[in-house]
Amino acid sequence: MSGLALLIPIALLMGLVGLAAFFWSLKNGQYDDLDGSAMRILIDDEREEEDTPVSK
Amino acid sequence: MTVATSVFNVPGLRCAACISKLEGGLAHVDGVIDARVNFTTRRVRIAHADTLDAISLRAAIGRIGFPAEPFVGDVEAKADGETRMLAQALGVAGFASMNIMLLSVGVWAGADPATRQLFHWLSALIALPAATYAGRPFFISAWAALRHGRTNMDVPIAIGVILTCAASLYETITGGRHAYFDGAMMLLFFLLSGRLLDSVMRARAQDGVAALQRQTASRGLILAKDGSSHWRDADDIAPGMVLSVAVGEHFAADGLVERGTSSVDCALVTGESAPAAVAPGDSVLAGTINLDAPLTIRVTAAAEATAIAAIARLMEAASGAKSRYVRIADRAARIYAPAVHSLALLSFAGWMIAGVGVHQSILIAVAVLIITCPCALGLAVPVSQVVAAGALLRRGILIKDGSALERLVEADVVLLDKTGTLTLGRPVPAARFDLNAYETSVALALARASRHPLSRALTIALEAQGVEAAEVDELDEQPGLGVSARVSGELARLGRPEWLGLEVTAPGGLLTAFTLGEGPVHALRFDDALRPGTDQAIIRLRELGFKPMLLSGDREMAVRSIAEPLGIEWRAGMTPQSKFAFITALQAEGRRVLMVGDGLNDGPALKAAHVSIAPSSASDVGQTAADLLFLGDALSPVPVVIIAARRTMRVVRQNFALAITYNLVAVPLAMSGLVTPLIAALAMSGSSLLVVANALRLKWCAR
Repeated sequence: MSGLALLIPIALLMGLVGLAAFFWSLKNGQYDDLDGSAMRILIDDEREEEDTPVSK
Repeated sequence: MTVATSVFNVPGLRCAACISKLEGGLAHVDGVIDARVNFTTRRVRIAHADTLDAISLRAAIGRIGFPAEPFVGDVEAKADGETRMLAQALGVAGFASMNIMLLSVGVWAGADPATRQLFHWLSALIALPAATYAGRPFFISAWAALRHGRTNMDVPIAIGVILTCAASLYETITGGRHAYFDGAMMLLFFLLSGRLLDSVMRARAQDGVAALQRQTASRGLILAKDGSSHWRDADDIAPGMVLSVAVGEHFAADGLVERGTSSVDCALVTGESAPAAVAPGDSVLAGTINLDAPLTIRVTAAAEATAIAAIARLMEAASGAKSRYVRIADRAARIYAPAVHSLALLSFAGWMIAGVGVHQSILIAVAVLIITCPCALGLAVPVSQVVAAGALLRRGILIKDGSALERLVEADVVLLDKTGTLTLGRPVPAARFDLNAYETSVALALARASRHPLSRALTIALEAQGVEAAEVDELDEQPGLGVSARVSGELARLGRPEWLGLEVTAPGGLLTAFTLGEGPVHALRFDDALRPGTDQAIIRLRELGFKPMLLSGDREMAVRSIAEPLGIEWRAGMTPQSKFAFITALQAEGRRVLMVGDGLNDGPALKAAHVSIAPSSASDVGQTAADLLFLGDALSPVPVVIIAARRTMRVVRQNFALAITYNLVAVPLAMSGLVTPLIAALAMSGSSLLVVANALRLKWCAR
């Protein structure tokens, strides 16, 4: 029984952390452009260094 | 410096390279602070200095190589907000049902009464707030329906969830054995998944047609009697005023030509493919485009009195019939909800008479409600439609309205428009041009300099052949005649055949001419070609049991030359009003019309028809009015989508049958008091999985 007193709160807490992460990702727009994110991984990063203006 | 944000639709985005090209290119534009492409919606959001306006940004995107249109609609569309709300509710329901299920497994495994009591209390603590939050979409919709004395799918759901939670709470307080918190949360989880899928599908379809009506010019240049001129809003223009219209401009009002000769592109309003020549005394319509030379017109009708405004009013009137359509799921719910509630009531009454006491009777009634809650029914339609919509999307068919597939199955007449629907709606070369390689490259250089539809058609055709434009000097466009330039000392001209001294023998064609130096004058002939695969599409429509018919606003000769080779019935010279009347008359006879059209002139017809399809090349009005859109040039998606819709509805009916069979087995068990929370959980997830698995077969429905 004493194990339960510890394990159940831990399980609930971990679940809540997951839920909070899901809410954050929704708010943060992580699901707004699923197709685009899949493609951006193919863009060469080197371009960034040449193209990004130094400052504006 | 203040920062403004603009959003543009960029339909030409296709790959990762396009994303980096557009974002990288915009980073170099002066005044642009940040550009971010959303590939899913094919849009780019630009943060820029407010000194840059939409026109120059659009030009900048054009220089990078993408045609773009400013996005006018509401950026945070309503469907997006709804999707987010449902996703949050789904997250909460998922969290709650997982944790409660964990505790429930402990209870089912045979926990001693003290532990069971603790677990029930924990479940109640999680379930009550979670159900309140996650159940909101159902509670709100059910309440709205009940208040108007109606019932929908959400009423049995809401009653089921509330009663289950209340009875389980009572069980927990009194230390009973059976709490159904897991069942209630799982129910919400399954139903919310169905609801979320439905919402995602709708949001996606709306993205495809976010553009709005902007056919008429919003302002016109008024010439006053004293010779001065000033701009006026289209709404302030009155009959009798004199309007000056530059080349390439839309007419802001209906009127009669006073001075100038030109040709007018009326495709938008009348559906005619060839530009109409106008001279003093001829009438022009608002929304059409002046092509060749500046015109001065005397306004005869303005603002609300124009022909185009009449079309808009007709469309508003037509949309009523469609909104009265009742979705199949709601029709099922109308029968289902009262049946379920009377069954639950019946079992309560039956067990009361049998003398088991109020407590036991309520528990059995709740078990009946849980078992019969339209879990599978709520998933049956949305999952089938989402899977079908995904399959159709891969074939380039967008579903704009959730009930479109349902209505498509009921259609029994197919009406087709001509210009832009059966035909491409743009001129394409009628035959190979009789030009040598050097002449071709000069012709391209000249064609690029003009905005005339034939020049643009020539540019597209030559660029598609991979022709490089020659270097030319002294480019000069003479309105109404053509373009001339000098290339290594020789004079090159592209324009009207008469201008180059070419005798026009066969009238009515789309003809332009080209000459270089002392060389011969070449006639370049265009026509508005049929979409590829039109004849096969018509044959397949016949096989599907339809008798296609052509309704066109074009002249009789042009319509007949298209319709007779295809062997379909036709009507020519139809105005938007007569198309609308034709469809309303058919539907009054009880026929269900499928309208395929594209133009502004088809708008009322598309709205009035039982279901409508437009090509993605359609005018904004056509795209907004239609229920389905297809991409690409070929007409073959039309029969494909009809077949897919029939398959989808077959699967939906199978799913209903599955759900009913499941209920036939489970309800007697529940009514006889044999269903425990464990059995309820198993039965519910089992039936839902079965329905989803059946719907997944639709993945291949669009082949």
